[in-house]
Amino acid sequence: MAKTPTPLGKEFTKGLWAQNPILKQVLGMCPTLAVTNSAVNAFAMGLATSFVLLMSSTLVGLVRKMVPSQVRIAVYVVIIAGFVTIADYFLRAQFPDISRALGPFVPLIVVNCVILGRQEAFTSRNPVGRSIVDAAGMGVGFTLALIVMGSVRELLGNGSVFGVTLLPQVFERWTIMLLPPGAFLALGVLIGTSNLIAARRQRRAPAAQ
Amino acid sequence: MQYLLLFISTVLVNNFVLSYFLGICPFIGVSDRISSAIGLGLATTFVMTMTAAVSWFINHKILIAFNVPFLQYVSFILVIASLVQLVEMFVRKTSPPLYRALGIFLPLITTNCAILGLALLSALRDYGFLQSVVFGIGAGVGFTMALVIMAGIREQLELADVPVNLRGAGITLITASLLALSFMGFQGLIKG
Repeated sequence: MAKTPTPLGKEFTKGLWAQNPILKQVLGMCPTLAVTNSAVNAFAMGLATSFVLLMSSTLVGLVRKMVPSQVRIAVYVVIIAGFVTIADYFLRAQFPDISRALGPFVPLIVVNCVILGRQEAFTSRNPVGRSIVDAAGMGVGFTLALIVMGSVRELLGNGSVFGVTLLPQVFERWTIMLLPPGAFLALGVLIGTSNLIAARRQRRAPAAQ
Repeated sequence: MQYLLLFISTVLVNNFVLSYFLGICPFIGVSDRISSAIGLGLATTFVMTMTAAVSWFINHKILIAFNVPFLQYVSFILVIASLVQLVEMFVRKTSPPLYRALGIFLPLITTNCAILGLALLSALRDYGFLQSVVFGIGAGVGFTMALVIMAGIREQLELADVPVNLRGAGITLITASLLALSFMGFQGLIKG
Protein backbone atom coordinates (compact mmCIF):
# COMPACT_ATOMS: atom_id res chain seq x y z
CA MET A 1 0.00 0.00 0.00
CA ALA A 2 2.56 2.57 1.09
CA LYS A 3 4.89 3.08 -1.84
CA THR A 4 7.26 5.49 -0.18
CA PRO A 5 6.90 4.90 3.54
CA THR A 6 7.64 8.17 5.26
CA PRO A 7 8.34 7.83 8.98
CA LEU A 8 5.31 8.80 11.03
CA GLY A 9 7.27 11.46 12.89
CA LYS A 10 7.98 13.23 9.62
CA GLU A 11 4.31 13.01 8.64
CA PHE A 12 3.63 15.04 11.77
CA THR A 13 6.43 17.59 11.58
CA LYS A 14 5.89 18.50 7.92
CA GLY A 15 2.73 20.34 9.00
CA LEU A 16 4.76 22.48 11.39
CA TRP A 17 7.12 24.04 8.90
CA ALA A 18 7.81 22.47 5.50
CA GLN A 19 4.13 22.37 4.52
CA ASN A 20 2.70 24.74 7.10
CA PRO A 21 -0.88 25.39 5.95
CA ILE A 22 -0.68 29.15 6.42
CA LEU A 23 2.91 30.05 5.67
CA LYS A 24 3.67 27.61 2.87
CA GLN A 25 0.39 26.47 1.35
CA VAL A 26 -1.32 29.84 1.88
CA LEU A 27 -4.61 28.14 2.78
CA GLY A 28 -7.24 29.16 5.31
CA MET A 29 -6.56 32.86 4.97
CA CYS A 30 -9.94 34.15 6.13
CA PRO A 31 -9.78 33.04 9.78
CA THR A 32 -6.06 33.80 9.87
CA LEU A 33 -6.74 37.43 9.11
CA ALA A 34 -10.01 37.89 10.90
CA VAL A 35 -9.56 36.45 14.37
CA THR A 36 -5.91 37.19 15.09
CA ASN A 37 -6.45 40.58 16.74
CA SER A 38 -5.55 38.98 20.05
CA ALA A 39 -3.49 35.94 20.96
CA VAL A 40 -6.34 34.35 22.93
CA ASN A 41 -8.76 34.52 20.00
CA ALA A 42 -6.10 33.14 17.69
CA PHE A 43 -5.43 30.27 20.07
CA ALA A 44 -9.14 29.42 20.41
CA MET A 45 -9.62 29.52 16.65
CA GLY A 46 -6.57 27.29 16.15
CA LEU A 47 -7.88 24.75 18.64
CA ALA A 48 -11.38 24.70 17.13
CA THR A 49 -9.99 24.23 13.63
CA SER A 50 -7.58 21.52 14.79
CA PHE A 51 -10.43 19.66 16.49
CA VAL A 52 -12.55 19.72 13.34
CA LEU A 53 -9.59 18.74 11.18
CA LEU A 54 -8.63 15.83 13.43
CA MET A 55 -12.17 14.48 13.77
CA SER A 56 -13.00 14.85 10.08
CA SER A 57 -9.75 13.21 9.02
CA THR A 58 -10.51 10.28 11.33
CA LEU A 59 -14.06 9.83 10.09
CA VAL A 60 -13.21 10.38 6.44
CA GLY A 61 -10.33 7.94 6.80
CA LEU A 62 -12.72 5.34 8.17
CA VAL A 63 -15.41 5.70 5.52
CA ARG A 64 -13.30 6.60 2.50
CA LYS A 65 -13.54 3.14 0.91
CA MET A 66 -17.34 3.14 1.16
CA VAL A 67 -17.85 6.51 -0.51
CA PRO A 68 -18.16 6.57 -4.31
CA SER A 69 -15.64 9.04 -5.67
CA GLN A 70 -18.28 11.10 -7.55
CA VAL A 71 -19.96 12.26 -4.37
CA ARG A 72 -16.91 12.32 -2.10
CA ILE A 73 -16.65 16.11 -1.87
CA ALA A 74 -20.28 16.42 -0.77
CA VAL A 75 -19.76 13.68 1.83
CA TYR A 76 -16.61 15.36 3.15
CA VAL A 77 -18.37 18.70 3.43
CA VAL A 78 -21.29 17.23 5.35
CA ILE A 79 -18.91 15.44 7.74
CA ILE A 80 -16.94 18.65 8.30
CA ALA A 81 -20.11 20.69 8.80
CA GLY A 82 -21.27 18.19 11.42
CA PHE A 83 -18.11 18.53 13.47
CA VAL A 84 -18.12 22.31 13.10
CA THR A 85 -21.63 22.38 14.58
CA ILE A 86 -20.34 20.37 17.55
CA ALA A 87 -17.37 22.71 18.04
CA ASP A 88 -19.56 25.80 17.75
CA TYR A 89 -22.16 24.61 20.26
CA PHE A 90 -19.40 23.58 22.65
CA LEU A 91 -17.75 27.01 22.48
CA ARG A 92 -21.09 28.76 22.90
CA ALA A 93 -21.88 26.75 26.02
CA GLN A 94 -18.46 26.75 27.68
CA PHE A 95 -16.73 29.94 26.50
CA PRO A 96 -19.47 32.41 25.54
CA ASP A 97 -17.03 35.38 25.47
CA ILE A 98 -14.66 33.75 23.03
CA SER A 99 -17.57 32.49 20.97
CA ARG A 100 -18.90 36.03 20.69
CA ALA A 101 -15.48 37.41 19.76
CA LEU A 102 -15.02 34.86 16.98
CA GLY A 103 -18.53 35.51 15.68
CA PRO A 104 -19.38 33.90 12.34
CA PHE A 105 -15.84 32.62 11.92
CA VAL A 106 -16.51 29.46 13.91
CA PRO A 107 -19.22 28.25 11.51
CA LEU A 108 -17.00 29.40 8.66
CA ILE A 109 -14.53 26.63 9.55
CA VAL A 110 -16.80 24.57 7.27
CA VAL A 111 -15.34 26.27 4.23
CA ASN A 112 -11.80 26.56 5.57
CA CYS A 113 -9.82 25.21 2.65
CA VAL A 114 -7.18 23.69 4.95
CA ILE A 115 -9.66 21.08 6.14
CA LEU A 116 -11.24 20.12 2.83
CA GLY A 117 -7.81 20.33 1.22
CA ARG A 118 -6.33 17.78 3.66
CA GLN A 119 -9.24 15.39 3.11
CA GLU A 120 -8.86 15.57 -0.64
CA ALA A 121 -5.06 15.61 -0.81
CA PHE A 122 -4.16 13.24 2.00
CA THR A 123 -6.87 11.37 3.86
CA SER A 124 -8.63 10.10 0.74
CA ARG A 125 -5.55 8.12 -0.32
CA ASN A 126 -3.84 7.15 2.95
CA PRO A 127 -4.61 4.77 5.82
CA VAL A 128 -6.48 6.13 8.85
CA GLY A 129 -3.56 6.13 11.29
CA ARG A 130 -1.36 8.11 8.96
CA SER A 131 -4.16 10.57 8.22
CA ILE A 132 -4.67 11.24 11.91
CA VAL A 133 -0.98 12.00 12.37
CA ASP A 134 -1.06 14.26 9.30
CA ALA A 135 -4.14 16.08 10.58
CA ALA A 136 -2.56 16.55 14.02
CA GLY A 137 0.57 18.04 12.46
CA MET A 138 -1.41 20.36 10.23
CA GLY A 139 -3.61 21.41 13.14
CA VAL A 140 -0.62 22.23 15.35
CA GLY A 141 1.10 24.10 12.50
CA PHE A 142 -2.06 26.10 11.81
CA THR A 143 -2.51 26.93 15.50
CA LEU A 144 1.14 27.98 15.92
CA ALA A 145 1.04 30.29 12.90
CA LEU A 146 -2.21 31.78 14.20
CA ILE A 147 -0.72 32.38 17.66
CA VAL A 148 2.33 34.08 16.16
CA MET A 149 0.05 36.35 14.12
CA GLY A 150 -2.17 37.07 17.13
CA SER A 151 0.77 37.77 19.45
CA VAL A 152 2.48 40.15 17.03
CA ARG A 153 -0.73 42.09 16.38
CA GLU A 154 -1.72 42.21 20.04
CA LEU A 155 1.77 43.27 21.11
CA LEU A 156 2.02 46.12 18.63
CA GLY A 157 -1.63 47.15 18.77
CA ASN A 158 -2.34 46.79 22.48
CA GLY A 159 1.06 46.32 24.13
CA SER A 160 0.14 42.89 25.51
CA VAL A 161 0.29 39.18 24.70
CA PHE A 162 -2.46 36.82 25.95
CA GLY A 163 -3.84 39.79 27.90
CA VAL A 164 -0.58 40.35 29.84
CA THR A 165 0.74 43.87 29.32
CA LEU A 166 4.36 43.72 28.21
CA LEU A 167 5.16 47.13 26.77
CA PRO A 168 5.34 50.24 28.98
CA GLN A 169 2.81 53.02 28.46
CA VAL A 170 5.55 55.12 26.83
CA PHE A 171 5.20 52.91 23.77
CA GLU A 172 2.62 54.47 21.44
CA ARG A 173 0.04 51.75 20.66
CA TRP A 174 -0.28 50.99 16.95
CA THR A 175 -4.06 50.72 16.93
CA ILE A 176 -3.95 50.14 13.19
CA MET A 177 -2.51 46.66 13.83
CA LEU A 178 -5.81 45.61 15.38
CA LEU A 179 -7.79 46.85 12.38
CA PRO A 180 -8.13 45.11 9.00
CA PRO A 181 -5.10 46.77 7.30
CA GLY A 182 -2.85 45.61 10.14
CA ALA A 183 -4.00 42.03 9.60
CA PHE A 184 -3.06 42.04 5.93
CA LEU A 185 0.26 43.73 6.66
CA ALA A 186 1.19 41.33 9.47
CA LEU A 187 0.42 38.25 7.40
CA GLY A 188 2.29 39.59 4.35
CA VAL A 189 5.39 40.32 6.40
CA LEU A 190 5.10 36.98 8.20
CA ILE A 191 4.98 35.03 4.94
CA GLY A 192 7.89 37.08 3.59
CA THR A 193 9.91 36.38 6.74
CA SER A 194 9.25 32.66 6.61
CA ASN A 195 10.34 32.61 2.95
CA LEU A 196 13.50 34.46 3.95
CA ILE A 197 14.28 31.92 6.70
CA ALA A 198 13.62 29.01 4.35
CA ALA A 199 15.88 30.53 1.68
CA ARG A 200 18.66 31.10 4.25
CA ARG A 201 18.44 27.51 5.42
CA GLN A 202 18.61 26.15 1.93
CA ARG A 203 21.65 28.23 1.10
CA ARG A 204 23.43 27.08 4.23
CA ALA A 205 22.85 23.38 3.57
CA PRO A 206 22.82 22.87 -0.18
CA ALA A 207 24.64 19.54 -0.04
CA ALA A 208 22.29 17.98 2.48
CA GLN A 209 19.42 17.65 0.02
CA MET B 1 -33.67 54.71 1.63
CA GLN B 2 -32.96 52.05 4.21
CA TYR B 3 -32.08 49.59 1.45
CA LEU B 4 -29.84 52.09 -0.30
CA LEU B 5 -28.01 52.67 2.97
CA LEU B 6 -27.58 48.93 3.49
CA PHE B 7 -26.29 48.55 -0.07
CA ILE B 8 -23.73 51.33 0.20
CA SER B 9 -22.55 50.23 3.62
CA THR B 10 -22.07 46.66 2.37
CA VAL B 11 -20.20 47.72 -0.75
CA LEU B 12 -17.93 50.42 0.66
CA VAL B 13 -17.84 50.59 4.44
CA ASN B 14 -18.12 46.95 5.43
CA ASN B 15 -16.59 45.53 2.30
CA PHE B 16 -16.66 41.74 2.53
CA VAL B 17 -13.06 41.25 1.47
CA LEU B 18 -11.34 44.24 3.02
CA SER B 19 -13.07 44.55 6.35
CA TYR B 20 -14.74 41.19 7.03
CA PHE B 21 -11.95 39.07 5.53
CA LEU B 22 -14.36 36.87 3.64
CA GLY B 23 -13.39 35.40 0.30
CA ILE B 24 -9.66 35.94 0.74
CA CYS B 25 -8.66 32.77 -1.11
CA PRO B 26 -10.00 33.86 -4.52
CA PHE B 27 -8.94 37.42 -3.70
CA ILE B 28 -5.32 36.26 -3.50
CA GLY B 29 -5.57 33.46 -6.05
CA VAL B 30 -7.54 34.86 -8.99
CA SER B 31 -6.60 38.51 -8.83
CA ASP B 32 -3.71 38.56 -11.27
CA ARG B 33 -5.69 39.45 -14.44
CA ILE B 34 -8.46 42.03 -14.72
CA SER B 35 -10.50 39.92 -17.16
CA SER B 36 -10.60 36.85 -14.92
CA ALA B 37 -11.29 39.04 -11.91
CA ILE B 38 -14.38 40.45 -13.63
CA GLY B 39 -15.55 36.96 -14.63
CA LEU B 40 -15.20 35.57 -11.14
CA GLY B 41 -16.73 38.67 -9.62
CA LEU B 42 -19.85 38.46 -11.79
CA ALA B 43 -20.33 34.74 -11.18
CA THR B 44 -19.92 35.27 -7.44
CA THR B 45 -22.34 38.18 -7.34
CA PHE B 46 -24.94 36.05 -9.09
CA VAL B 47 -24.52 33.10 -6.72
CA MET B 48 -24.51 35.45 -3.71
CA THR B 49 -27.81 37.02 -4.67
CA MET B 50 -29.41 33.61 -5.22
CA THR B 51 -27.96 32.27 -1.97
CA ALA B 52 -29.25 35.22 0.00
CA ALA B 53 -32.77 34.60 -1.29
CA VAL B 54 -32.81 30.80 -0.98
CA SER B 55 -31.09 30.61 2.40
CA TRP B 56 -33.58 33.11 3.80
CA PHE B 57 -36.42 30.76 2.86
CA ILE B 58 -34.61 27.71 4.24
CA ASN B 59 -33.77 29.48 7.48
CA HIS B 60 -37.16 31.03 8.16
CA LYS B 61 -39.58 28.56 6.60
CA ILE B 62 -37.83 25.28 7.45
CA LEU B 63 -35.15 25.58 10.13
CA ILE B 64 -36.92 28.03 12.43
CA ALA B 65 -40.40 26.71 11.66
CA PHE B 66 -39.41 23.15 12.62
CA ASN B 67 -37.05 24.26 15.40
CA VAL B 68 -33.92 22.58 14.08
CA PRO B 69 -31.40 25.47 14.05
CA PHE B 70 -28.46 23.10 14.62
CA LEU B 71 -28.86 21.95 11.03
CA GLN B 72 -28.10 25.49 9.84
CA TYR B 73 -24.50 24.99 8.75
CA VAL B 74 -25.10 21.65 7.06
CA SER B 75 -28.14 22.89 5.16
CA PHE B 76 -26.57 26.20 4.12
CA ILE B 77 -23.50 24.56 2.67
CA LEU B 78 -25.68 22.04 0.82
CA VAL B 79 -27.81 24.87 -0.56
CA ILE B 80 -24.73 26.67 -1.81
CA ALA B 81 -23.19 23.58 -3.37
CA SER B 82 -26.38 22.62 -5.19
CA LEU B 83 -27.04 26.22 -6.22
CA VAL B 84 -23.61 26.47 -7.81
CA GLN B 85 -24.26 23.19 -9.60
CA LEU B 86 -27.65 24.41 -10.84
CA VAL B 87 -26.27 27.74 -12.00
CA GLU B 88 -23.53 25.91 -13.87
CA MET B 89 -26.00 23.61 -15.66
CA PHE B 90 -28.38 26.46 -16.41
CA VAL B 91 -25.69 28.71 -17.86
CA ARG B 92 -24.27 25.86 -19.94
CA LYS B 93 -27.67 25.17 -21.55
CA THR B 94 -28.83 28.74 -22.06
CA SER B 95 -25.74 30.73 -22.87
CA PRO B 96 -22.68 28.84 -24.11
CA PRO B 97 -20.57 32.02 -24.56
CA LEU B 98 -21.22 33.06 -20.96
CA TYR B 99 -20.48 29.52 -19.86
CA ARG B 100 -17.15 29.59 -21.64
CA ALA B 101 -16.34 32.88 -19.97
CA LEU B 102 -17.39 31.86 -16.47
CA GLY B 103 -17.03 28.09 -16.71
CA ILE B 104 -13.83 27.55 -14.81
CA PHE B 105 -14.79 29.91 -12.01
CA LEU B 106 -18.16 28.42 -11.18
CA PRO B 107 -17.04 25.31 -9.25
CA LEU B 108 -14.56 27.43 -7.27
CA ILE B 109 -17.37 29.47 -5.81
CA THR B 110 -18.63 26.68 -3.53
CA THR B 111 -15.55 26.94 -1.34
CA ASN B 112 -15.63 30.74 -1.26
CA CYS B 113 -16.26 31.56 2.37
CA ALA B 114 -17.87 34.87 1.42
CA ILE B 115 -20.97 32.99 0.26
CA LEU B 116 -21.47 30.98 3.43
CA GLY B 117 -20.50 34.07 5.42
CA LEU B 118 -23.25 36.00 3.68
CA ALA B 119 -25.87 33.38 4.52
CA LEU B 120 -24.70 33.20 8.14
CA LEU B 121 -24.46 36.95 8.62
CA SER B 122 -27.92 37.65 7.27
CA ALA B 123 -29.32 34.91 9.50
CA LEU B 124 -27.40 36.31 12.47
CA ARG B 125 -28.62 39.86 11.89
CA ASP B 126 -32.18 38.71 11.36
CA TYR B 127 -32.59 40.45 8.01
CA GLY B 128 -35.95 40.39 6.27
CA PHE B 129 -36.26 38.87 2.81
CA LEU B 130 -35.65 42.05 0.83
CA GLN B 131 -32.86 43.13 3.15
CA SER B 132 -31.14 39.77 2.62
CA VAL B 133 -31.32 40.13 -1.14
CA VAL B 134 -29.95 43.69 -1.07
CA PHE B 135 -27.23 42.52 1.30
CA GLY B 136 -26.38 39.73 -1.16
CA ILE B 137 -26.15 42.05 -4.14
CA GLY B 138 -24.09 44.56 -2.16
CA ALA B 139 -21.70 41.88 -0.97
CA GLY B 140 -21.26 40.65 -4.54
CA VAL B 141 -20.63 44.12 -5.94
CA GLY B 142 -18.18 44.88 -3.14
CA PHE B 143 -16.34 41.62 -3.75
CA THR B 144 -16.14 42.29 -7.50
CA MET B 145 -14.87 45.80 -6.92
CA ALA B 146 -12.14 44.73 -4.50
CA LEU B 147 -11.10 41.93 -6.86
CA VAL B 148 -10.92 44.18 -9.92
CA ILE B 149 -8.99 46.94 -8.12
CA MET B 150 -6.56 44.35 -6.81
CA ALA B 151 -6.11 42.80 -10.26
CA GLY B 152 -5.38 46.24 -11.70
CA ILE B 153 -2.72 46.90 -9.09
CA ARG B 154 -1.16 43.48 -9.55
CA GLU B 155 -0.88 43.93 -13.31
CA GLN B 156 1.18 47.03 -12.59
CA LEU B 157 3.10 45.27 -9.85
CA GLU B 158 4.51 42.78 -12.33
CA LEU B 159 6.71 45.55 -13.68
CA ALA B 160 7.98 46.48 -10.23
CA ASP B 161 11.13 45.17 -8.61
CA VAL B 162 9.78 43.25 -5.63
CA PRO B 163 12.17 41.61 -3.10
CA VAL B 164 12.46 37.90 -3.92
CA ASN B 165 11.08 36.63 -0.64
CA LEU B 166 7.99 38.81 -0.80
CA ARG B 167 6.98 37.75 -4.30
CA GLY B 168 3.58 36.09 -4.62
CA ALA B 169 1.42 36.00 -1.53
CA GLY B 170 3.60 38.34 0.54
CA ILE B 171 3.42 41.41 -1.65
CA THR B 172 -0.24 40.73 -2.49
CA LEU B 173 -1.13 40.83 1.19
CA ILE B 174 0.84 44.01 1.78
CA THR B 175 -0.92 45.60 -1.20
CA ALA B 176 -4.23 44.46 0.26
CA SER B 177 -3.24 46.13 3.50
CA LEU B 178 -2.84 49.48 1.77
CA LEU B 179 -6.12 48.94 -0.07
CA ALA B 180 -7.90 48.18 3.20
CA LEU B 181 -6.36 51.31 4.68
CA SER B 182 -7.79 53.45 1.92
CA PHE B 183 -11.20 51.78 2.23
CA MET B 184 -11.21 52.79 5.89
CA GLY B 185 -11.66 56.30 4.57
CA PHE B 186 -15.26 55.40 3.73
CA GLN B 187 -16.03 54.73 7.35
CA GLY B 188 -17.37 58.19 8.09
CA LEU B 189 -19.82 57.83 5.20
CA ILE B 190 -22.59 56.00 7.03
CA LYS B 191 -22.56 56.59 10.75
CA GLY B 192 -21.60 60.24 10.49
